[in-house]
Amino acid sequence: MYTEKVMDHFMHPRNVGEIENASGVGTVGNAKCGDIMRIYLDIDENQVVRDAKFKTFGCGAAIATSSMATEMIIGKTIQEALEVTNKAVMEALGGLPPVKVHCSLLAEQAVHAALWDYAQKNGITIEGLKPPVNDVDELDEDEE
Amino acid sequence: MIYMDNAATTRLSERAFEAMRPYMMEQYANAAGTYSFAAASSAAIEKARAQTAAVIGAKPAEIYFTSGGTESDNWALKGAVLASKKEKKHIIISAIEHHAVLHSARALEQQGVEVTVLPVDADGLVSPADVEAAIRPETVLISVMAANNEVGTIEPLEQIGEIAHRCGVLFHTDAVQAFGHIPLDVEAMHIDMLSASAHKFHGPKGVGLLYVRRGVKLGVFMDGGAQEKKRRAGTSNVPGIVGMGAAAEEAKARMDAMIPAVSAVRDHIIERIGKEIPYAKLNGHRTQRLPGNVNFCFRFIEGESMLMLLDADGICASSGSACTSGSLDPSHVLLALGLPHEIAHGSLRLSLSEETTMADADKVVDSLKVIIPRLRSMSPLYEDFVRSEGRA
Repeated sequence: MYTEKVMDHFMHPRNVGEIENASGVGTVGNAKCGDIMRIYLDIDENQVVRDAKFKTFGCGAAIATSSMATEMIIGKTIQEALEVTNKAVMEALGGLPPVKVHCSLLAEQAVHAALWDYAQKNGITIEGLKPPVNDVDELDEDEE
Repeated sequence: MIYMDNAATTRLSERAFEAMRPYMMEQYANAAGTYSFAAASSAAIEKARAQTAAVIGAKPAEIYFTSGGTESDNWALKGAVLASKKEKKHIIISAIEHHAVLHSARALEQQGVEVTVLPVDADGLVSPADVEAAIRPETVLISVMAANNEVGTIEPLEQIGEIAHRCGVLFHTDAVQAFGHIPLDVEAMHIDMLSASAHKFHGPKGVGLLYVRRGVKLGVFMDGGAQEKKRRAGTSNVPGIVGMGAAAEEAKARMDAMIPAVSAVRDHIIERIGKEIPYAKLNGHRTQRLPGNVNFCFRFIEGESMLMLLDADGICASSGSACTSGSLDPSHVLLALGLPHEIAHGSLRLSLSEETTMADADKVVDSLKVIIPRLRSMSPLYEDFVRSEGRA
């Protein structure tokens, strides 16, 4: 049911862990529904994501999307990181089964939540960044 | 590969397969034919009726062949309601029934039938006192499973059956997980109807049976030809029925040896997990339990990822997590036991057969001892837990 890319990121997840004194931390999802993602960002003085780590409680797709999302934002500016959509994460993974699309939304929202935390801590606004949504099932899914 | 999903389906026994083979090839007659070529097919069906009846202490004439457990459950519930002359109709089921019973009851509810869903205790046991208290003048049927498919708890059928008969209410049991695995006696347990499915006891898929006590009025569920004494239409699945008969005979003959042997492997797994993996909780009754069922919840992790890592180690198992049930909610059985959602998501069911060895059991536990810490190391729930423990 999963693509080779998803299986690769599930079996060998990239960037698992925590960052001490992270520039921003975001946690989304809830245990009741069976998935929680936490993303840690280390952002340098030029507003470039120097490092990203994740911790995820969830299914294979939840772990794979967290891994892919962190990989995709490392080295990007915060503005570019904000533009890594769930659709882009899914495409990079070679697609997800329809019931797992919400995992990619969760990954996108976890990045946004971490960026929001960074913006709050530093008293800045990131253009286009909305306050994090905890329950991704309330969002419209971008499936194509 | 280590196969530990025997509650999902079992391997077809060699004997059952050999018994079926001629009925798939040279002996292909429709059992309803009047020519002598059909006689062997109809005789084989009658032999299977006797072989399956013997497992539960029934008379062969009380066995009706169906397409499987789901059809048998649908027929029992809907047929009993259809045949009842009561003006208002009420049925009683337990909260941990298989979806075949649960959704049949929900469908009847849509048609105006009242349904009482009995709770279970933390071990998954239905209380006979609750059954008795739920009975009303309009109660048509009580349906409580013989043993639960997820957590393996064996229900007090004899006591529930005694209450049902004393109150003049029909008693159906979904024995899909129990038939051929534990002793069942329709007389001693006062069972009026019993569902079974061949592929759960090393028979073929796509065939099952409904035991219907003589004299029980049951509406027809499948309309058509005159097969099964005009109670269940459709060309007889001769090879399937023959395979089920052979598997039933084998299960009955081996049951006395199988129960202690399989239970010993089960208990070994339960003991090792209990001792060697922290934050693991056994689900289901510790002793009143199917010989082949192990069900644990591992805190801070989710079931599907556990199954995928087990699969990578060549182990087939199942889980009651939302991701494996195709919905956002974990299994209704685990929730009925009172488990919170986040813990129910981390459930693992290992279902054994007599082919499961102690070496298999050890390999699975050893694999879990690597997989579970690995997933916990990735879990934000575990991170938070460790932090809060550190503070405490």
